[in-house]
Amino acid sequence: MVAGYPGTPSTEIIETIFHVPHDGVHLEWSVNEKAAMEVCASASYAGFRSLVTMKQVGLNVASDPLMSLAYVGVKGGMVIVVADDPGPISSQTEQDTRRFASFARIPVFDPASPEQAFLMVQDAFSLSEQYHTPVILRPTTRVCHGYAAIEFDEHYAPKSAEGFIKDSSKWVIFPKLSLRNHELIEKRNVQLATELSHYRFNTVLEGNRQARRAVFASGISYSYAREYQQEHQEMTLVQLGTAFPFPEEFALQILSGRDEVLCLEELSPLVEEALLRTAGRHQLKVTIRGKLSGDVPHAGELNVRLCAQILDRFYGRVAPQAIACRSDLPALPQRPPVLCAGCPHRGAFYAVKVAMKKQKAYYCGDIGCYTLGNAQPLDMVDTCLCMGAGITMAQGFSHTDPEAVSFAFIGDSTFFASGITGIVNAIYNEANIIVCILDNATTAMTGHQPHPGTGFNLMGSYVDKLKIEKILEGLGVAKLEIVDPNDLKASVAAVKACAKLRGVKAIIFRSPCISIVKSKEKCVINAKCKNCGICIKKLGCPAISMDHGQTVIDESLCVGCTLCSQICPHRAIEKVQHG
Amino acid sequence: MDRNILICGVGGQGTVLSSKLIASAFMADGEVVHSAETIGMAQRGGSVTSHIRVGRAVFSPLIPEGRGDLMLSFEPAEAVRNLNYLKADGIVIVNSHPVKPITESLKETGYDGSEMTAYLQQHYLQTYVVDSHEICRPFGSVKFFNIIMLGIACGLGALGVAQSLVVAEIEKKVKEKFVEVNKQAFAAGVKLGENYATN
Ligand SMILES: Cc1ncc(C[n+]2csc(CCOP(=O)(O)OP(=O)(O)O)c2C)c(N)n1
Ligand code: SF4
Repeated sequence: MVAGYPGTPSTEIIETIFHVPHDGVHLEWSVNEKAAMEVCASASYAGFRSLVTMKQVGLNVASDPLMSLAYVGVKGGMVIVVADDPGPISSQTEQDTRRFASFARIPVFDPASPEQAFLMVQDAFSLSEQYHTPVILRPTTRVCHGYAAIEFDEHYAPKSAEGFIKDSSKWVIFPKLSLRNHELIEKRNVQLATELSHYRFNTVLEGNRQARRAVFASGISYSYAREYQQEHQEMTLVQLGTAFPFPEEFALQILSGRDEVLCLEELSPLVEEALLRTAGRHQLKVTIRGKLSGDVPHAGELNVRLCAQILDRFYGRVAPQAIACRSDLPALPQRPPVLCAGCPHRGAFYAVKVAMKKQKAYYCGDIGCYTLGNAQPLDMVDTCLCMGAGITMAQGFSHTDPEAVSFAFIGDSTFFASGITGIVNAIYNEANIIVCILDNATTAMTGHQPHPGTGFNLMGSYVDKLKIEKILEGLGVAKLEIVDPNDLKASVAAVKACAKLRGVKAIIFRSPCISIVKSKEKCVINAKCKNCGICIKKLGCPAISMDHGQTVIDESLCVGCTLCSQICPHRAIEKVQHG
Repeated sequence: MDRNILICGVGGQGTVLSSKLIASAFMADGEVVHSAETIGMAQRGGSVTSHIRVGRAVFSPLIPEGRGDLMLSFEPAEAVRNLNYLKADGIVIVNSHPVKPITESLKETGYDGSEMTAYLQQHYLQTYVVDSHEICRPFGSVKFFNIIMLGIACGLGALGVAQSLVVAEIEKKVKEKFVEVNKQAFAAGVKLGENYATN
């Protein structure tokens, strides 16, 4: 069984499985990470192998089942792939899933390349089955978004299993079971640490045998250090492929007799701390360098150049002036991500902005393409915290400032993932908010995955669409409007109507993401254009720009949403058929 | 053979397909290939790059700075933004047609790409400037520019893999009804590249 919830950079795992032969595998995009892990837990209780995928913040959502599952354990192998994102490049946080594994007391594998990730998944399944525990595989963005050639068996058939065998002393978590298993888990981890000391990706490249210094690297940092090692073959370079349970025996062999050791790792100093502990316990006279000593930056990702600089410093080398930093570059235009030309979210934000022109309002955003509504000139996102928080935070503001109108903007995928409970909370606690559901019929931000509202799933079935309006009616919202965000007048009217009422109101702005439908229309500028630039200044649509004083629409980008033509004071923009 | 090729541009310009075609052409040639994409905030108009690394002793998925042999840039400012990856004597093929970010239109700083191409020509001896809109005109859409770009690199002899192998990959990877027009676009690029090489 394979289940997950999309999130960069983990999304491609399930998408790849979908595109290769996978007969006999139940494959799903779950509604969120917690659901995915729980669905897979049953499969593994029944003896089947299961794979759960998510990005690092997804594990926060799934941490409740994870923590308990670590105590209960599994029968069929369970591998949880959690993709970390140093940088962060497209995430809210720089959290380190290896840390989560050590918190949950379960093993974690840390691949240095796509090839290693492929081999480690198999090792992780074997280990999971051998020790009856969920195991985490933690690739980072550069591993996830890297390509390499691998060979796999296209005729792979899922293992059969005997099915779930009832045993409440085993599968029902109670304090007594947790106490007993806690003890067993700690004993097992000692045993695991010894076994992992001989693991194929805990390796040492011994250059000069007498070297007083050694470098430990974990994950992608190992690949960066390998680039350096190509030119400095005398260095001793260690890969630590399993940060938890820490293979102390293996590390101790390397530490003994060294004066100084450097630790290259991204996110948190997990390996560094383990080495410090090891050195302390064995009273070794060795200096451990890394993040805690200030030699490696705490925040952001590493790369070949940064690692080379750190290594040069560690080895006391004067860095060769290989890359002359160009200081004379022309000023580069910034290129922040923006809502696409014709994105239906633009109309929704603009309508609320127009309707609230003279009123005090709070705009609580959420996570998805529509977070980009924060950019100028729309400037319609005041807060963004985590998935689902838009609704609950709008509720909070409605209590702290009852005079203002509090809005929540939430995408359809996010609504299903974690929006519904927020609405229940708001209704129960008598909030006055307007929830704007931006229903573009897809999970756009992560690359257009289907969700319960789209009418199909990964098993290739067409299923009944879950209707957001039915859910809202069932919950009992005070007012429900459904409008096309590209119809500005109707949208503004809907917002104004809701703003007059007390209670929890909802507006569904419904229009598909431009990437999932092919438009046959476009907008063109006619002779009436005064080049006042109002369309550009109000909407910030990337298809419209000013070229030497002339307003122009880029035909290759425009999809004919007509928002610009609806706001043009000179009626200078018209819609025509493409081609 | 060792070769580091960087492709850069803006989300939606078709850089990923170029990268896939190059990588698989090298693989068909028996080389070990690693590639990687950087796609930032899910590519809504942001900068994107693809790194292709050919060779046996390759570890970092991204090209180490200062080691790129060839850059195919679909946008003038993106070429300059990624110069740190290129060798001092690296080859640059760059589209002169700018993609103006909306922030530029809002404050009108006058970015039109020309400053970027001028800088490249001044500092990189092997800079080849192409206007995507002009060269794509016979094909009716700038969507073919990614294939033309590959053709130019081949025509210049800068790609490091045989033309026939790239064409074979186009036949394999492009939707059947578009294969012919893509092959024509590729050929147009090759011709232009050959012209550059002889001039
Ligand atoms: C807990 C968590 N899981 C997953 C993600 C990754 N993620 C970012 S946006 C998004 C969903 C966006 O879909 P939707 O709400 O429909 O908005 P759209 O992008 O379509 O506008 C997801 C799953 C995340 N940020 N946090
Ligand atoms: S991908 Fe879709 S939802 Fe995202 S910005 Fe573009 S049009 Fe909007």
